[in-house]
Amino acid sequence: MIKRKNKQNPFYDPSLDKRHTSAKRFKRFTLASLIFSIAFLAFFLIDIVGKGTPAFKVTYMHVDVTYNKKSIEDSRFAVEKKYRKVISRSWLRDLPKQVEANPKLMNTTQTMWVLADDQVDQYLKGHHYKLKRKDKSLVDDMKAQGRIDTKFNSIFFLHGDSKIPENAGFFSAMIGSILTLMITMIVAFPLGVMTAIYLEEFSEDNKFTRFIEVNINNLAAIPSILFGLLGLAIFINLFGMPRSSPLVGGLTLALMTLPIIIVSSRAALRAVPDSIRQAGYGLGLTKIQVTKDHVLPLAFPGVLTGSIIGLAQAMGETAPLIIIGMIAFIPDAPGSIMDAATVMPAQLFTWAGMPERMYIEKTAAGIIVLLSILISLNAIAIYLRKKFEVKW
Amino acid sequence: MSTFETRNKKRELSEKLIKAALIIASTISILTTFGILFSILFEAIEFFQMRSFWYFITGMEWSPGVEGSKFGAVPIFAGTFVITIIALLVAIPIGLGSAIYMSEYASSRTRDYIKPILEVLAGIPTVVYGFFAAITVAPMIVKAADFVGLEATFNSALASGVVMGIMIIPVISSLSDDVIRSVPDSQRKAALGLGLTHGETIRDIVIPSALPGIISASLLGLSKALGETMIVVMAAGLRPNLSWNPLEDMTTVTVTIVNSLVGDFEFNSPETLSAFALGLVLFVVTLILNIISLSLIRKFKEKYKVNTL
Repeated sequence: MIKRKNKQNPFYDPSLDKRHTSAKRFKRFTLASLIFSIAFLAFFLIDIVGKGTPAFKVTYMHVDVTYNKKSIEDSRFAVEKKYRKVISRSWLRDLPKQVEANPKLMNTTQTMWVLADDQVDQYLKGHHYKLKRKDKSLVDDMKAQGRIDTKFNSIFFLHGDSKIPENAGFFSAMIGSILTLMITMIVAFPLGVMTAIYLEEFSEDNKFTRFIEVNINNLAAIPSILFGLLGLAIFINLFGMPRSSPLVGGLTLALMTLPIIIVSSRAALRAVPDSIRQAGYGLGLTKIQVTKDHVLPLAFPGVLTGSIIGLAQAMGETAPLIIIGMIAFIPDAPGSIMDAATVMPAQLFTWAGMPERMYIEKTAAGIIVLLSILISLNAIAIYLRKKFEVKW
Repeated sequence: MSTFETRNKKRELSEKLIKAALIIASTISILTTFGILFSILFEAIEFFQMRSFWYFITGMEWSPGVEGSKFGAVPIFAGTFVITIIALLVAIPIGLGSAIYMSEYASSRTRDYIKPILEVLAGIPTVVYGFFAAITVAPMIVKAADFVGLEATFNSALASGVVMGIMIIPVISSLSDDVIRSVPDSQRKAALGLGLTHGETIRDIVIPSALPGIISASLLGLSKALGETMIVVMAAGLRPNLSWNPLEDMTTVTVTIVNSLVGDFEFNSPETLSAFALGLVLFVVTLILNIISLSLIRKFKEKYKVNTL
């Protein structure tokens, strides 16, 4: 229809159709690339959630457990022989502790829900498993009798790492992350904000200032693994701080977070209008008083937002922490910043390299936990920005 | 002496102290940069006292930890190069395409929704990408290669390269979007007024104007790809492999750094120190890329008088 009209038009250029088609093609390409990025994100999230959610449930079996002298000494004797292969070794290992906590149990036989072996769990979830035929048929029988059930996996949130897959949890890594990030923020937040205040409010535009600025820009682009080399060479080898400790990890991450905090704090300070400062000077305040009592409080929401985003980035960082040894096997949560510790992403890295299928599931579950924390942190940052944003 | 004067003196002193503290805090960033540079440099020099620098740069064999160990880093550089190229082949078209759509076609409302979504990609920890590359993408590539009759390993360069590319998309799209949007509207209107189609305006007028910024964004992406560690540690190989086939396993500078430092070697052994030699190379290359990138952006800003980048 349009084409016929065009032919009657004396100014009609036949190449125009082609040009319009190519313009359309170009638009379609740009849209396709955008859709690809978003589709990838969706696929990625669905994949991780699909892999990780089964780990929040874990299999328990209903069996008789005998508490007597023999079973305390060698806890394998607490259950019938046929169950030994399908029940968690870690659960049996804790048997003496149960008796210690509750001496009444001694010399009784209880019918109770007992944690199953990881292979049983994976078999029932339909994943790759390694079970002997007789164990498999035993599990099938028990399932038919309703003696197998899945429960919420509290072990994952309450235990540290373990070589027994069903006993491994995220707890010690979470504590390690908290300790490490505490150090990071204690160091990076004041330093970052002070640097931003100096550069934005006090410095004159001279060579020294420009040198600092170039430095901060470069620091932000240095690969994170090189910060790990710095931590190893200076904090551990030169200062002799303990390897794998949250102290070294926190300091290393602090140096990485510094540029993020500086850049966002400077932007927040710059957004405060000059009239505030002029009014302060007019009333006879000194520069420090104006900055401390007027400019900084007004810029503070922005400073906080940037710091939270920096914190979230530090929380997901792994490479420099591997270099300084924070991938050690840590079954118990670290008690202080000098103890050996691991952090959440490093724990995920360790689990991802384990051969047992259950660790894959736990890695994905850990990723869900980590991503939830990161998303909430970012949401808080966005909320703060929206709530305290002042339009001058 | 009046009370005001003493108070002023006290205040003066405290103000001087505060200012000094602020200056000290600012110099920490310089100390960090030099700390990184020197800590790496000294260990690297120690390494080159033990082993030949020339062989490190040109040698074809990397075999640490054995009798007569050799440290020729060419296969490692080659692996890094291949994986980085794959990443950029994914990231530049897609990142740039997304940026063009967001800045030129999408309404500002759509853009407000889409930009944060892309930024989520940048916020995902790299260890998560690494897991995804190793557990989901690599087996998919093996299956796909098998389907067309090729053989791929489970730690192929392609898997880590593609996932790394996706990680870099937001780096490129975010900066390119800002740059394209700051190209003055008068240029677009002039082009449209002369009868160019919308597509031609973007392709022939807007993109060439924004090119320094786009190149700068791509260089940042490149430096990010070179320094990326977790994805390649988890999904790429450990074997130094001089090959152009992306379906084979190969190793990178960052993987080799991690491997030489988590092993049980003495700190002063060439095995451990080789990590610092590689780190030095990485530092120098990324620093140069970053400096070029920053100067391109600065020129762009001066040309169009924008301060928002």
